[in-house]
Amino acid sequence: MELDLPFIWAAIIAFAVLAYVVLDGFDLGVGILFPFFRHKRERDVMMNSVAPVWDGNETWLVLGGGGLLAVFPLAYATILPALYAPIIAMLLALIFRGVAFEYRWRTRRAERLWDWAFAGGSTVAALMQGIALGALVQGINVENRAYAGGWWDWLTPFSLLTGLAVLVGYALLGATWLVMRTTGDLADRARRIALITAVATVAAMGIVSLWTPFLKPEYLDRWFRYPTALFTVLVPLLVIGCFVILVNGLQQKHDTRPFLAALGLFVLAYAGIGISFYPYIVPTSVTIWEAAGPDESLLFLLIGAAVLIPAILAYTSYAYWVFRGKVDPEEGYH
Amino acid sequence: MFDHFDALILARIQFAFTVSFHIIFPAFSIGLASYLAVLEGLHLWTKKPVYIELFDFWKTIFALAFGMGVVSGIVMSYQFGTNWSVFSDKAGPIVGPLMGYEVLSAFFLEAGFLGVMLFGRKRVGPGLHFFATLMVAFGTLMSATWILSVNSWMQTPAGFAMNEAGQFVPTDWWAVIFNPSFPYRFTHMVLAAYLTTALVVGAVGAYHLLRRTAPLRAGTMFSMAMGMISVVAPLQILAGDAHGLNTLEHQPVKVMAMEGHFDSHPNGAPLILFGIPNQEEKRVDYAVEVPKLSSLILKHDLNAPLNGLDTVPDELEPPVEIVFFSFRVMVALGFAMLGLGLWSLYCRFKGTLYSSDWLHRLAVVMGPAGFVAVLAGWITTEVGRQPYTVYGHLMTTQSLSPISAPAVASSLIAFIIVYFLVFGAGTFYILRLMGRLPRDAHGHLGQGPIRTTGFTPAPGLPDSPGGAHHHGNRGGARHGA
Repeated sequence: MELDLPFIWAAIIAFAVLAYVVLDGFDLGVGILFPFFRHKRERDVMMNSVAPVWDGNETWLVLGGGGLLAVFPLAYATILPALYAPIIAMLLALIFRGVAFEYRWRTRRAERLWDWAFAGGSTVAALMQGIALGALVQGINVENRAYAGGWWDWLTPFSLLTGLAVLVGYALLGATWLVMRTTGDLADRARRIALITAVATVAAMGIVSLWTPFLKPEYLDRWFRYPTALFTVLVPLLVIGCFVILVNGLQQKHDTRPFLAALGLFVLAYAGIGISFYPYIVPTSVTIWEAAGPDESLLFLLIGAAVLIPAILAYTSYAYWVFRGKVDPEEGYH
Repeated sequence: MFDHFDALILARIQFAFTVSFHIIFPAFSIGLASYLAVLEGLHLWTKKPVYIELFDFWKTIFALAFGMGVVSGIVMSYQFGTNWSVFSDKAGPIVGPLMGYEVLSAFFLEAGFLGVMLFGRKRVGPGLHFFATLMVAFGTLMSATWILSVNSWMQTPAGFAMNEAGQFVPTDWWAVIFNPSFPYRFTHMVLAAYLTTALVVGAVGAYHLLRRTAPLRAGTMFSMAMGMISVVAPLQILAGDAHGLNTLEHQPVKVMAMEGHFDSHPNGAPLILFGIPNQEEKRVDYAVEVPKLSSLILKHDLNAPLNGLDTVPDELEPPVEIVFFSFRVMVALGFAMLGLGLWSLYCRFKGTLYSSDWLHRLAVVMGPAGFVAVLAGWITTEVGRQPYTVYGHLMTTQSLSPISAPAVASSLIAFIIVYFLVFGAGTFYILRLMGRLPRDAHGHLGQGPIRTTGFTPAPGLPDSPGGAHHHGNRGGARHGA
């Protein structure tokens, strides 16, 4: 049997990017919500709730980028120049919010400064990721194995909308994470924010979903023709289901259910984008088979991935397990 | 300010700038992760509190340095695509999977266990915590293995063919990973990381020995660091020599630039100790030479012929001045490290390791030497690879993204501002943490390795300077914390 290596790798990279989006999504979300919590003690608890795991979460982004270079070098070499400005802005933003974790505890004088670096960095990174996503969905013009568009092609009303959608979506993940991991007044306010951002997230998903099919004839075809049109019916129903569970969980003050329902929303949105994309990796210029490197490269890394990704999932789960439960406000930083 | 530069030179400056900043942090954290594992292991074994106190002291510094390494590293993993997309498309099938293995086997391991190591000691118990520390240390070494394999392949490519799309295609992964320069480069860099860390630890120990507030803690780390330097500095010189011979075999042009040999020498080449290379006139001005010594070092024969840059077309020469000077900086610092190690050995046998102020002052001055040497060494090998990205196969001019100069210029300016701001602040915090070693909490002299007289930090001692009183009191107040 011949293995379809590009297809397997597309699935692995899709998984890595999804893992990144939901995992770094909630810790970026905590940063996005920093301005809504003004007291030092609250911010300490918020940061402590993600400090032991954020680094691992962000590693999925490196796997997404590194994986793309390894198995779809043509996609890597065309997407990144096309999204030059948002990618650079995202990297710079991630620098600010990444160092804020440690810096914030090393200074009293400049603590507020690093609070802003954390909040600003998280917000800009989320916005840029959303803009990059929108620009990718719009399509990237490739000629002779190189990006052939202009420097501002990524900036459109659609990409700005997806930027805002990802921003409120991450804020929702962050808020439900805080509901799960904190207590008292902080958790109550996180619950209120979760409700508002849940409504905003679902609304943004609706607008993006209605807009997307009209960007490219391929998408329209995909969404309104059998058999993929089945998803057109199914996905909105599931979204409504998740939304109901989320709101219900918030009202009943359930700890984990809102977070899980928010994750469900992200998985559905992601699946929807995947349905539009497939089989392109650079819409609508390059398919996964055209972008794939030689089989020798794909197979070599697949052997490692088959062993190491389950191991990563195991010890990452263990790390999450070690730091389970509510954050103790008295514990302090390391 | 970059008006008259083209996109190529700007992209090269940007890569050089971001990678130079980045390498500083791994060069430190590779060694520090291993040092932390040793400290925690020694504490588990001997139960001496000083080891866990030092662990906690260096752990906080490690967390800062590691964080800076992570964020500056993410930039690197995307910069191949933004600025060097043609290189990425062509070399991606080879370097991509190696970097993929780095992410899967090293980055996740470090990140996954770093949280447990920093925040989890109370939650997981000493055994599992030690395991987490070992995994972090192991992860840093795995990371070094893969990324040095990538770099070495770009220097001495092997195990590949070219396909019709102009891509490098792997034919033999074993040959790719263990390409000719990899074992030498790996050894040289890991030893460099250990030396860099030992110099920093030694400088911090020496600084606090000079301040006389925590002789047990400061003395313990100083002794460990000097011991490390005494062993590793000579090994590093041997490894560097072997690496140089390997470069002579596979990248002779780079060695010509390092040596400043513009002319071929059929009857034994001189070693140019110092001079100013003049690439336009193809000579070294004001050269101070030792006849035939270069042939002795490189060929182990006084009269062995050595080719010069006159055998290489001009357009295939690397920039000689940079390579020539950076190589000399690295070598000079290497011998200075050897000197420090030997002097510390002498003091150790004389029993003055903890009391020789001049040794401590030298150790403080040498604190940053490892970083400078690492940067100088990388400049030598990377600039010496020019004008190629994949040596002999892909020119730097053919590797660039189809980007415009203003785009690269703006991102370059943004990187420069952000890096100096962010990493400047981080360096300041690290230096401040290094300056705050709490006063010894457990007992006094005699329990540790310290057996000299004259620096008990008790108040009122005649030779205890005024400053020590204040620091002593502050340190004392912090005992319970």
